[in-house]
Parts: sequence; C-alpha cells; structure tokens
Amino acid sequence: MLKERVGHATVTIRCVVNGVERTVTTVPNRTALELIREDLALTGAKEGCGTGDCGACTIIVDGRPVNGCLLLAPMLDGKTVLTVEGVARGGKLHPVQQTMVEMGGLQCGFCTPGFVVTAVNFLEHNLNPTEEEVRVAIAGNLCRCTGYSKIVDAILEAAKRMREGEGR
Amino acid sequence: MRRFGYLAPKSVSEAVSVLAEHAAVAKVIAGGTDLVVQMKDGVRRPEVVIDITGIDELRLLEERDDGLHLGALVRMGEIETHPLIIEKYPILVDSAKLVGSKQVRNLATIAGNTCNASPGADTPPALIALDAQVHVLGPRGPRVVPIDRFFVGPGRTVLEPGELVTKFVLRKAAPNEGAYYERHTPRKELDIAVVGVGAWVRLNGETIEDARIGLAAVYPTPLRATEAEAALRGKPFGQAALDAAALAAVAQARPISDVRGSADFRRWLIDVLVRRAVTNAVARARGGGPRAGETH
Repeated sequence: MLKERVGHATVTIRCVVNGVERTVTTVPNRTALELIREDLALTGAKEGCGTGDCGACTIIVDGRPVNGCLLLAPMLDGKTVLTVEGVARGGKLHPVQQTMVEMGGLQCGFCTPGFVVTAVNFLEHNLNPTEEEVRVAIAGNLCRCTGYSKIVDAILEAAKRMREGEGR
Repeated sequence: MRRFGYLAPKSVSEAVSVLAEHAAVAKVIAGGTDLVVQMKDGVRRPEVVIDITGIDELRLLEERDDGLHLGALVRMGEIETHPLIIEKYPILVDSAKLVGSKQVRNLATIAGNTCNASPGADTPPALIALDAQVHVLGPRGPRVVPIDRFFVGPGRTVLEPGELVTKFVLRKAAPNEGAYYERHTPRKELDIAVVGVGAWVRLNGETIEDARIGLAAVYPTPLRATEAEAALRGKPFGQAALDAAALAAVAQARPISDVRGSADFRRWLIDVLVRRAVTNAVARARGGGPRAGETH
C-alpha cells in the first residue's frame, strides 16, 4: 500500500565501531544488529531470539551491554560500539576469549560472542568477582549447551589472570 | 519490521509538536525493549517513530524539595546503581532490578515500562507505593496525572494522541517511612511477575499512620490496593493488621489464570506477598530491612 510517508525515509548513521568511524545510510526500520551484521559485515553478534531474551546479540554501546536486536539502527547514530570482533588486541585474544577456549566454555559456539562481550564489559567494572556475581552478570545470556559451569569458571579464571597483570 | 518514517527531535517542545502533527500514526520510542518487539511481531505498526533519546532534559534524576524527579528516559540500569536511589528509595531498586536482563535494563526506561502499560510490569507498583505524579505534555499543554489513574487497561493509558510523559515526581523519602517491592517468578531474571506487590508505610511509633500498596499481574492494570491500605491505616503493625490487609488485597484483585499461574495460585501469592511487602516496608521504615534490590 503506497502512502505518503512522513519522517525520514532514510537515515544516515555515523558511529564508531571497534575504534573505526563508520557511516551508513539505510532505512530506519532495521535493528542495530542487522546493521552491524549485514552492512558492516561484523557477524560475530548473533540473532538468537530477536526479542531480547537470549543475549546472543549483545553489543557494548557507550560502555554498556545491550541487546542489538532491540535497538533501532538509527539509534546508533553518534554512539561508540564494541562488538566481539573488537575485543582481541594486536592479534592476541582477550583473556576472556583465551580462557573460554582453554576451559571449554562453549560447545556449539552460537552464544559465545554474547557471553564474551558481556564478560569483558563486566570485568572492566569488577576484576575480583565472586562466582555469584559472575552468574548474575551473565544472567542475560542463555546457553543451551554447556550448563554454564565452564563459562563461569572461564570468566573467573580470566579475572584472575587480569588481576595478575595479563590482559589489555 | 514494516517501514516507518523516523524522527529524532532534540527538545521536548519539538517532540510534542512533531508528535501532535503525526499523533494518529506515530509511536514514541525510548528504550524500545517493548516497542521493537511489538513492531517485529506486527502488533504495533506506527508509520512514524519518534525517537526521544536525544532529548537531554528527559534524563533528569534529582531530589528536590517536592520529591524525587525521574525524567522519562531514566533507565532501569541507572535506577539500580544510583547511590541516592539505593540509599533513599530502595523500592525503586527492588523493582527496576527485576526488569528483563542487564542488557534490557541498559535500554529500558521508566516511562517505557509505564507507558507500555503491561498489567504485570514491575515498576508501576513501586511508583504507586511512592505516589508518583506523572507529568504529561501535549498539544493542549501540560497536565499531571496520579499514577493510580494513569492506566486504563492492558497496554492502554490515559495518554491522548500527541501526549508525551516527561517525568515522574515521587513522594520525597522521609524518616519513619519505608517501602519495598517483591514479585514471585519461577526464575530470578528474564521473567515476568506471576504476582508483584509494592508497599509503602509511614509509621508513628508502633502505628501504621499511612500506607500505599500497588499490585502487579492481578488486574487488567497495575492496581492500587486501596482497601488493603485502609485496613492498615491507624492500626498497630502486627498480625491483625497484616491479616486484614492481605484479605482486603485478595478481595480487590481480579486475577486471571494464564501460562504463569492460575487465579487461585495468584490469590495465594497476593496473600503471602502483601504480608511480606508490608513487613519489609515497616522494617525499612525502622532503619533496617532488606538491602536495596535484595528481594529474594
């Protein structure tokens, strides 16, 4: 049905993603996740449920973890975004990535990027967490394979290594 | 998502004027944690989406002489970590901390949780307990709506086309007063209340001088349990007062049976949670009680 549309039919979004300034012109009826995966070709963040329940699409926007599937693409304008692709530094995995690999914190891997960015952000605020604090921090990320124990262990181990001076 | 036009006004007055212009076909987006899901499902199909997140004056969060001012865009995540709110308004932490997940709370706003008008939303009972006044701006100017008169039905509020919630003003915290919110859910996070109860009390010695109680998920709207409040007013705090308040709240509620629980189960929960919420509100009024957000 053709109707005269009001408001902006296209939007230009300027944002900094993983340290690089990006400019995208697109239609507004898309999510931040779609923009990041399709237009920026950063396919680490996954669409699991599309309703904000599973956390597979977690990205860090202005320093806070959010569900990319719930954020409208135009709302990324002027924001600073970190995705799982921006977590490693100089070809070296982030301690959270390293411990997830070493300790088997994943099986199928679909939820892993969400867990990694959530955990990386969490450890920036709390380098000495209890197991309970880790479990609360990752409550917005669902894993259907692991039962979480190894993910929790990996995050606790990453925290330990970072306290001992490894990391960024 | 169906196509829509996108507007991002930079001031409240600009927002109100573009909203008035497109009132019939526009939806306001703040956090988007409800609206985007509804647009994906086709439940809501706005032709224009008005993004208010660029309006800094809606981010207000401060205590003034007449109470706590919470701008429309204050996020759940801000509420649960804000030192002033943790110290003086712990019921807001209790309720905000239960919304969605950390990722959702970093987007979701206080005005969104209210305007989405889910009967089971967690923050409305806390806002009812703290006697929130909803400040609304529209084509015909500003008006103030008490929170217990803001809800009309599931997903429906008194907002007229073109009107925008700008802020909430909550009763200022005072000595001898306390408030507490708790809900029952099968899991701790990422769940929706089977029943939620928020209670506020003012004590005078052993007597409950005044009380307000808000209920979630037991009525077509968030419910102010006026009968339960009346059962507490002027009574000494104790078993008899709790019995009377719980009985009155159960009587006033109209719970339904759904996937989360039967109507009978919900009545049991109202009975238990009203007692618990009032007891913990009293404990907080006396300077003790559960720490902010510790409601399990």
